[in-house]
Amino acid sequence: MLTGLISPFRRTSGMARWILVSGLFITGVFIAFALFAPWIAPYDFNQQTVDGVKFDKMAPPDGDHWFGTNDQFYDVLSRVIWGARTAVEVVALSVMFSVVIGVPLGLLSGFVGGWVDRVLVFLMDSLYAMPSLLLAIVFSFLLRGPLGGGIIAAALSLTAIYIPQYYRVVRNTTVSAREATYVEAARAIGAKNGTIMGRYLFGNVIQSVPVIGTLNAADAIGTLAALGFLGLGIQPNEASEWGYDLSRALDDAAAGIWWTTVFPGMAIVLLVTGLTLVGEGLNETVNPALRKRRLRPVQLPPHEPSTYLAEKDDTRFAVGDRETVEKRDER
Amino acid sequence: MQTKPEPAVVGDDLIEMSELEVHYELRGGTLSRLLGVGAGTVKAVDGVNVTLRRGEVLGVVGESGSGKTTLGRALLGLAKSTRGTITYRKPRAGGEHPEQVVSKMSARELRELRTDLQMVFQDPHAALNPSMSIETAVGHPLKIHGIASGEELRKRVAAALERVGLSPAEQFMRKYPSDLSGGQKQRAVIARAIILDPEVLVADEPVSMLDASVRAKILQLMLDLKADLGLTYVYITHDLATAKFFCDRIAIMYLGRIVEIGPTDEIFADPKHPYTKALLKAIPEPDPHKVVPRDLPRGEIPDAASPPLGCSFHPRCPEAVAECGWESRDLRNLLEEHWTRQDPSVYESEQGLVGDLGVLDKPQKRVTIGKGADSARVRQLLDRARAENPSEPLWRGVDEVRETEDGVEVVFHKGYDPLLRPSGGVEVACVLYPEPVTPEPARPEDDRHGS
Repeated sequence: MLTGLISPFRRTSGMARWILVSGLFITGVFIAFALFAPWIAPYDFNQQTVDGVKFDKMAPPDGDHWFGTNDQFYDVLSRVIWGARTAVEVVALSVMFSVVIGVPLGLLSGFVGGWVDRVLVFLMDSLYAMPSLLLAIVFSFLLRGPLGGGIIAAALSLTAIYIPQYYRVVRNTTVSAREATYVEAARAIGAKNGTIMGRYLFGNVIQSVPVIGTLNAADAIGTLAALGFLGLGIQPNEASEWGYDLSRALDDAAAGIWWTTVFPGMAIVLLVTGLTLVGEGLNETVNPALRKRRLRPVQLPPHEPSTYLAEKDDTRFAVGDRETVEKRDER
Repeated sequence: MQTKPEPAVVGDDLIEMSELEVHYELRGGTLSRLLGVGAGTVKAVDGVNVTLRRGEVLGVVGESGSGKTTLGRALLGLAKSTRGTITYRKPRAGGEHPEQVVSKMSARELRELRTDLQMVFQDPHAALNPSMSIETAVGHPLKIHGIASGEELRKRVAAALERVGLSPAEQFMRKYPSDLSGGQKQRAVIARAIILDPEVLVADEPVSMLDASVRAKILQLMLDLKADLGLTYVYITHDLATAKFFCDRIAIMYLGRIVEIGPTDEIFADPKHPYTKALLKAIPEPDPHKVVPRDLPRGEIPDAASPPLGCSFHPRCPEAVAECGWESRDLRNLLEEHWTRQDPSVYESEQGLVGDLGVLDKPQKRVTIGKGADSARVRQLLDRARAENPSEPLWRGVDEVRETEDGVEVVFHKGYDPLLRPSGGVEVACVLYPEPVTPEPARPEDDRHGS
């Protein structure tokens, strides 16, 4: 299992490997923030006092507050770290929802074909045609009533944007895989349609899903921040959110208070960059059209001329020593 | 040297195909779909009658596009038959043979049937799911039909793998198709087919994608399996050389029909149908010093959406006679072939004389060409074409060339669509071999061509 997980990584080389490694590192740091926020962050995200003493308002960075405080007396460092938890939660949920809905829909649509396919393609294309931020805004308005302004609502409004992407990729791969001989062979051994979809098509059509997933995650961070900036995302009393912090800090930036904008902004940029790097790195690894396999030099055992030959002519066979042959690493 | 195995005990009828037809509707353009006008049908299998006997190897031989693969798929119910029946007589212990009509089965019954009828595919590289290990792939039929699971399943998979020569089985079970060679993959495909202990194995060109060195081994394996497991084979191939080695009976297919069927030895010793003769001539001769006559049939296999009138083979047949069903499209081919040998200037003037040959595209027995032109000159053109190659079989089928005020009318001889009739030890569908005793009224060609 573990070897299966790291095998794509071992196959990488050069640039692709650096892209993947740096992306994984950045993303890993933010995921660590998200998981261990209560222990890493010095204060709570909505904490304004310590030991009964209120924080200074908009205090510049110092020993107590490394990133300073903002206009609501909150500690910026804690807001940034807790913000990572919000971002990771929302993005993980939305990617999960869109995979769980988009992949089976695409599989079904591509396999069954006919009018089911046409209706679904039409529906998904209409969703795809809309500007994604607009769609997210509409959905967050709609979902605010029944679900409130929490993490679930934000994740669902992002899900609506990304379902069509998974659907399209999976549907198109299914349409071509459906005609493969192994599908006919599955039918010939008596497999039901459900078995054919689940056991024969699924494994062969989801190969590009991880790549889309990571790239969508990067995109989702931006969209979530945009929603927060517009005041439509997660409500400030529910969780710390970078976009919301940015929108509040905007007015102060003109007055020379830089720390309230720079740190949440940096966090967004870094996480988006990290996820994009992972996505691109994975793409170069998984996509055979882009993939460059690592060439590993193969060391041949040192050539030992037999005594007979050595006596006859030493120089002629000396070339055979320590010959390296580059061999394609197929595994 | 005995290369051919002892003829198997040929038993009772196992599968009977009667008047089997598999037609595919062609999808036309958007407009014709909107108007509800079909773009025509491709007659992949067009009225096949053949009986498969228990324990035999029936070879189905033909060029690409002859419908042999579709026939095999229809046998398993993978291609839906549009007319006719396939009757399967499942052998039971008590000597009973309950009849099952494959072509009328529901999806459930078809799945049930797959425990008895199995298939080996042409391309072993595509026939295995690339994301499934060999153990799962080979054992999947047992799992699907709920026959075995767990340790029992594993044991049976190992046994099947050993049986097809993938041993030690343990070593292959964990591998994926991409880890195996072509021959190994085909062995795995065969293992998957025999694991349900079927009665009939349809092998669709099982060795055509393999290296020559592996072919003989796979064929030998299939013969061993037949002897051990009491299998009946339908061996679909374009290669008469392997068919000679492998089959008890051979059916030659052309454009969706069987044109000749009989015991292998008779077919090879005394081929009757001109198409069979042509196929036999196409077998490569290993001796480079031996000169083999290679008057192979001209042209390509015709379009199955609008097959020639009469006998489908007549446009390519070197022995064609007047009754073969000559028609307007043959005249077009003749004229165009004539022009390939002419000067461009001659072509210009002759082409201008007869105008658009599109009128010949609709199959007709009576056709007028050169409308509005000088009919005498059109006639001279036809005479020139005839003089160029007087032995061209087409002219045998032309009854009359007449100048009318409209142009030149060409009248073709009435043709027949020959049925499969016994002749000697074989059955053959050719006008040259008429029914010896009672002449059966041949099907008129209009029946064949619905328009």
